[in-house]
Amino acid sequence: MLGNYYTLTELLLWIPLLTGIISFLIKDSKTVKGFALISSLLTLLVSCISLHFSDVTHHPEYYNYLNVSYVWMPYIGSSFTVGMDGMGLLVTFLTAFTYPIIFASTHKREYAHANVYYGLMLLMQAGLMGVFVAMDALTFYFFWELAVIPAYFLSSRWGGESRVRVTFKFFVYTFIGSLLMLIGIMYVYFHTPAASKLSDHSFALKAFYNASLSSTEQFSLFWLFFFAFAIKMPIFPFHSWQPDLYEQSPNSTVMVLSGIMVKMGVFAMLRWLLPIFPDAVWRYQNIVIILCVIGILYGSCIAMVQNDLKKIVAWSSIAHIGLMGAAIFARNNISLQGVMIEMFNHGINIIALWIVVDIIENKTGIRKLSQLGGLAIKSPALAVFFLIIVLANIALPLTNGFVSEFLMFTGLFEYNKYFAAFAAVSIILSATYMLNMMQKVFFGSTNSFTENATQISIGQKIVLSVLVLTIFIIGIYPTPLLHLTQDTVTDILKTLT
Amino acid sequence: MMFGGVFFKKSAVAKYWAVAGIIILLIANILEFRTQSFFKIDVKEMLRFDDFGLHFNTIVFICTLLYFLLNGKAIEKVGRNVSEYYALIFFILCGVSIVSSFNTLLMLFLGIEILSIPSYILTGSDKQNLKSNEAALKYFLMGAFSTGLMLMGIALIYGGNSLGSFYIHMIELGKGPMPVMIAAGLVLLVVSLSFKVSAAPFHFWAADVYDGAPTVFAGYMATIVKVAGFIAFINLFKASFGAIQYQWQILITIIIAATLLIGNLTAVFQQSVKRMLAYSSIAHAGFMMFALFALNNTATEGLILYTLAYSVATIGLFAILVKMNDYTIEGFNGLYKSQPLLALAATVFLLSLTGIPATAGFTAKFYMLLAAVKDGHQHWIVILAVVCAAISAIYYFRVIQAIYFKEPSSTSHDMDVSKGFKYVLIIAIIIIIIAGIAPSLVIDWIYF
Repeated sequence: MLGNYYTLTELLLWIPLLTGIISFLIKDSKTVKGFALISSLLTLLVSCISLHFSDVTHHPEYYNYLNVSYVWMPYIGSSFTVGMDGMGLLVTFLTAFTYPIIFASTHKREYAHANVYYGLMLLMQAGLMGVFVAMDALTFYFFWELAVIPAYFLSSRWGGESRVRVTFKFFVYTFIGSLLMLIGIMYVYFHTPAASKLSDHSFALKAFYNASLSSTEQFSLFWLFFFAFAIKMPIFPFHSWQPDLYEQSPNSTVMVLSGIMVKMGVFAMLRWLLPIFPDAVWRYQNIVIILCVIGILYGSCIAMVQNDLKKIVAWSSIAHIGLMGAAIFARNNISLQGVMIEMFNHGINIIALWIVVDIIENKTGIRKLSQLGGLAIKSPALAVFFLIIVLANIALPLTNGFVSEFLMFTGLFEYNKYFAAFAAVSIILSATYMLNMMQKVFFGSTNSFTENATQISIGQKIVLSVLVLTIFIIGIYPTPLLHLTQDTVTDILKTLT
Repeated sequence: MMFGGVFFKKSAVAKYWAVAGIIILLIANILEFRTQSFFKIDVKEMLRFDDFGLHFNTIVFICTLLYFLLNGKAIEKVGRNVSEYYALIFFILCGVSIVSSFNTLLMLFLGIEILSIPSYILTGSDKQNLKSNEAALKYFLMGAFSTGLMLMGIALIYGGNSLGSFYIHMIELGKGPMPVMIAAGLVLLVVSLSFKVSAAPFHFWAADVYDGAPTVFAGYMATIVKVAGFIAFINLFKASFGAIQYQWQILITIIIAATLLIGNLTAVFQQSVKRMLAYSSIAHAGFMMFALFALNNTATEGLILYTLAYSVATIGLFAILVKMNDYTIEGFNGLYKSQPLLALAATVFLLSLTGIPATAGFTAKFYMLLAAVKDGHQHWIVILAVVCAAISAIYYFRVIQAIYFKEPSSTSHDMDVSKGFKYVLIIAIIIIIIAGIAPSLVIDWIYF
């Protein structure tokens, strides 16, 4: 049955899509919450099963379980091809794993028109999954744009005060980037070999890898793709949409945006940028790494002086993403492995951070550091969880952050000592603002705002323990993840030499 | 394929006769696909019914059917002579049929005139309204002027080509230097046809005309008449001037650049949705001109798709606009609360016009851009087109934001919306989404 009729990859797409459309029709808010949660758990189940079938080199028949191709537009050479390799499995697992956690952590929150809210969240999951599994350039572009539309509606409807303007800026920014990428896709398309008799060129990923692009063509096309991905990640100086958007959006949307949507950019760089334009990567990698390192330092410095919890997390996210970008362009085995794991870890860590921020905001109603304090007295469990999450963000050994950051810094160091030295300053800076946040919010004495804070509920404890457990497990035993993605890394490196 | 207007007495009944007439036309057209005609007329090779032209006709007839179904009530509100309005629209369709299948320059002129004159009348059909009269006069003067230019161009080409022929295939170009008369004729034809499709810098009439005309008819003119102009353009240029494309391509490129920039940038500043749609039609005309820029198969396929996507979306939007009291963007505030289906339909149409994937508008724009990239010259125009498409998101999304994220103002949206209207809107939405997800359904018909 598997491989002939259904593939796991498609299920990952269709389950969120169909359940998303159905949840628009469910009027009762309690039912729709439960429905969304069950749907995300179902997707998680499918993703776990797909992880089991990941070893394609030793079991070639598994290839059909994970990859499928449908005829879509044969006359221009585009087919609806979806599939997962090691990297795809990792990020789809991240998406599938974090969605139930997000739904569970915001379960108590009441949204007006909950059916539309959960429907849009599920549609966004479908769009994100689509980006991660697309093996055809047009399919990839489709899902790339489609993932942004639910985010646009979600943030504009349920967000903070200046949400409409901020989300609009985000949308137009990403739209310009995506359209430029579309032009790039078309140019590369006309240099691909034919895949079938019906058309002269092909949009398939394999064809794009085999496109015969001269160096000069690569140099200009590289930037078209790079802009789109850099805007999405974001990399300095294309980051101006991000802090405002994260501040204004509703919390569960921010979790998806920062946890998964930025991985779209990173993933796309690894899948669609590096292998197709190796000459351009060679030429421009220093410029890009410099931009990324500036972003790391800039993000960390600004995070240090922020007063708003959400803004601190937003800027720290920019710093982490900058590090990922620099490690991608350092282009050696260690740094790329580091990026792979960091994609997963950053998703987990940042979502954990947002969950705690959300809890704090719910309990005390304020987000300003200057007004908070002494929460450890009121809810010690939350303080313990938060400390572990903060340490994971700082990349203390034993936590998952350490594994990925160590790999990335080592790889960057191998490439160029000075870049690594500058980037490593960020470790110290991140310790500063993270621990500062910890201290201001939790330690010290309570004040009028935090007097009435209560213990966190059992549900929240369970969610946070799952995340903390993941942090420790990956921190102590990251080998399964490394094995999963090793093949992909080797393939990418092969195209670059 | 020509349908003469028939005059009726009762206004309400005219609606049903019109719908029946369209369906008969559709059936005749589809039968023609399979080379079974209702009646054969010996047109002496002056008209040529190839698959491309017939396919285009089918799409236009379907869009007109949609238009009739959506706007039956609104047409009645315009004035007393309802059946005349339907008759005029059928005359326009007659012109469309000629223009999609002409083989001689004479037929081109005939078709364009039959297309335009009823449009002038329809523009001024709201006789009590001063704006409508002004718009009609403006349209008529500009239109007559451009037709005069076209005739001069035709005369020059007739005189200039060695065979002394009107037949567009017989203008033998590319063999030796181009005679001055033909060059002049070509430029005149470009100018006059650009007038008809409101390409810059000949677009100045469009905003005032579409704004002054009764909204119902503005919707029809901004779509079908414009699209027919493009088919005329393509048919003529592909057949006659295709061989020397590189010589006039730069002219077309400049026109495209001006059209895109003027159309998109001015639309951003509009407060009235009706005027914004007028400028957006100019911007879309710029995109459709890419079919001229790159005379390859992808371009003609893209033009067909663009016809469908643009017409359905704009007809739908104008139909919704007709129902509203207030034509400004604020008038759309909070529409999702009072009329959720209309809000959803308006959103889908606006997303399609912007070019978001999974809507027909995206596939249409994609084909146009693909054709331009395939052609390989003038790379800058493609980047400009894409930047302008992003700019267009600004003004389309402003309406979406008004619909969903703003509170309704005091004037409520009490609109006379029947169930039939809603069903037809749903059909329009389905057409757009299907054409967006599986465009091969639309395109493969050309190679039937």
